[in-house]
Amino acid sequence: MSRASPQRRLLRVTANEPLGAYRLLRVADPDGPRPDPGQFAMLAAAERWGGGADERPYLARAFSLARVRDGEAHYLLEDVGPGTRRLCELRPGEELLALGPLGRGFSAPHADRRALLVGGGVGIAPLAILQDTLTAAGAASTALLGFRDDAHAAGAALLSDALLATDDGSAGHAGLVTDLLAAELERDRHAVVYACGPAPMLEAVRALCAARETPAQLALEAGMACGFGACYGCAVPARGGGYLRVCVDGPVLDAARLDRVDAHAGAPA
Amino acid sequence: MSPVEFCGMTLEHPVINGSGTFDAIAARHAFGEALEQEFPFAAFVSKTITLRAREGNPSPRLWEAQAGLINSIGLPNRGLEGYLAEDLPKLAQWLPVPLLTNVMGSTAAEISELVRTCDARREIAAIELNVSCPNVQTGLDIGADPHQLEAVVRAVRPHTRKPLIVKLTPNTADVGACARAAQEGGADAVSLINTLRAMALAPRTTARRAAQLPAAAGGEVGAAERDRAAVNPAGRWLGGGTGGLSGPAIRPVALAQVAAAAACVEIPVIGMGGVQCAEHAQDLLDAGATLVAVGTESFREPLVGARIAHGLAARST
Repeated sequence: MSRASPQRRLLRVTANEPLGAYRLLRVADPDGPRPDPGQFAMLAAAERWGGGADERPYLARAFSLARVRDGEAHYLLEDVGPGTRRLCELRPGEELLALGPLGRGFSAPHADRRALLVGGGVGIAPLAILQDTLTAAGAASTALLGFRDDAHAAGAALLSDALLATDDGSAGHAGLVTDLLAAELERDRHAVVYACGPAPMLEAVRALCAARETPAQLALEAGMACGFGACYGCAVPARGGGYLRVCVDGPVLDAARLDRVDAHAGAPA
Repeated sequence: MSPVEFCGMTLEHPVINGSGTFDAIAARHAFGEALEQEFPFAAFVSKTITLRAREGNPSPRLWEAQAGLINSIGLPNRGLEGYLAEDLPKLAQWLPVPLLTNVMGSTAAEISELVRTCDARREIAAIELNVSCPNVQTGLDIGADPHQLEAVVRAVRPHTRKPLIVKLTPNTADVGACARAAQEGGADAVSLINTLRAMALAPRTTARRAAQLPAAAGGEVGAAERDRAAVNPAGRWLGGGTGGLSGPAIRPVALAQVAAAAACVEIPVIGMGGVQCAEHAQDLLDAGATLVAVGTESFREPLVGARIAHGLAARST
């Protein structure tokens, strides 16, 4: 597990460009600890964070590392509220405060089993760095990505060679990404699954994999105030009772640790 | 900054954490040894420990409010036995500051048992009572009524020789009277403020909309949202129904209550509520506090306690 400094780091934005309906925020971070795929960081703009309309955002926001390359960390953003809106506005040269990398990422791939990377919406982010890592290790993987429509599906450019599904059929398969997953699992019964996306998608992936006894790792998302185990706000029900903290027990959890994916524990749909 | 005397302890500086806002074990795991080298607090206050283990409240547990946070965590903890067996040995390995253990019970007998058991542990420097717990007989928060509070503190007091701190609730008519009651009952210090009771409604696009959907339209998540809406017909967002407000939004309230409490007691006061910087901490010290606790701001910046302590030191020279 890659460890963060407890000191927030002030980092300079190098680029913030549209990627379909999303934005790809790039930040110079040459000295940061190298994150494991699936780890995340808490981000806040260095200026004008709070004090705007409604006095929000106040807390930092959690984002998966989408990619680390050439001394830069990449984050995939979608404007869904005051925090993401402020980050989407950041221009090159402006600064943000980052705490991370945090949490537990995806565990090492099975040597001889194909990895199916299943993503939905902005939740595709950690699958990009995972795909980079798998490719570098010479491991076989296939990306299956689902989006609302073709504008959002343009975000699939973050990964290589992805099979697409859209809700409205404007790009790729008309339907759910789990339709693609079911077909792939039918073809290759030894595949293993890595997934990140909205809660209903994660729950469908979990149920599908559980029925086929396919190992699955799910990257969850939950509203969290801190990211390092202090606030206990990001708890999700664990199999057999009790709760897991998404920030320190996850964000990547073995699907076998959950009876079902909590309705609040996914990326924005 | 010169050391601070507090209830027989000598602390390096006057900044500690509010109970439930910093998990030293989780933070040590996330940040490694770097956390020990600059531990942000002069004493560490545990989250609330209860006799029996608690799982905590269902999700969602958080709501970002205007300049603040509403939480409905539900005091998850391993229970007294688990805390003593698992957490204390871990903390004793590396915690560089005194440990203050916060406990809560719903009767004087339960609190006495917690306090008596903690008293026997050398790793614990002081005990803080969370009295924001409903009395099982009256339903009223123990700390909300001065008579009830004084009686409970008086009953618990003989069970420990360690410093006994009473964490006062702000959800009361007269916080000064409650502070005095804690002192009369035998408390060595009072701390305040705890969170202010608060509520948030679900965004109209999720639970409330789902509540209006016919059964066939919602799908699985719609069904879950409908269940939630059935439990909370008013469309309350938090799984626990209501929660506690903290953060900058409550700072002026904290300042008034700390000043009111400090004016009513001779024992030391730990002031907290919305502190973000040394200037805010100084305000509470000027209002009569001996120590200042930082809570929600540590969520945004884990080392903010250290930054505030440095800032206070710079102001005093």
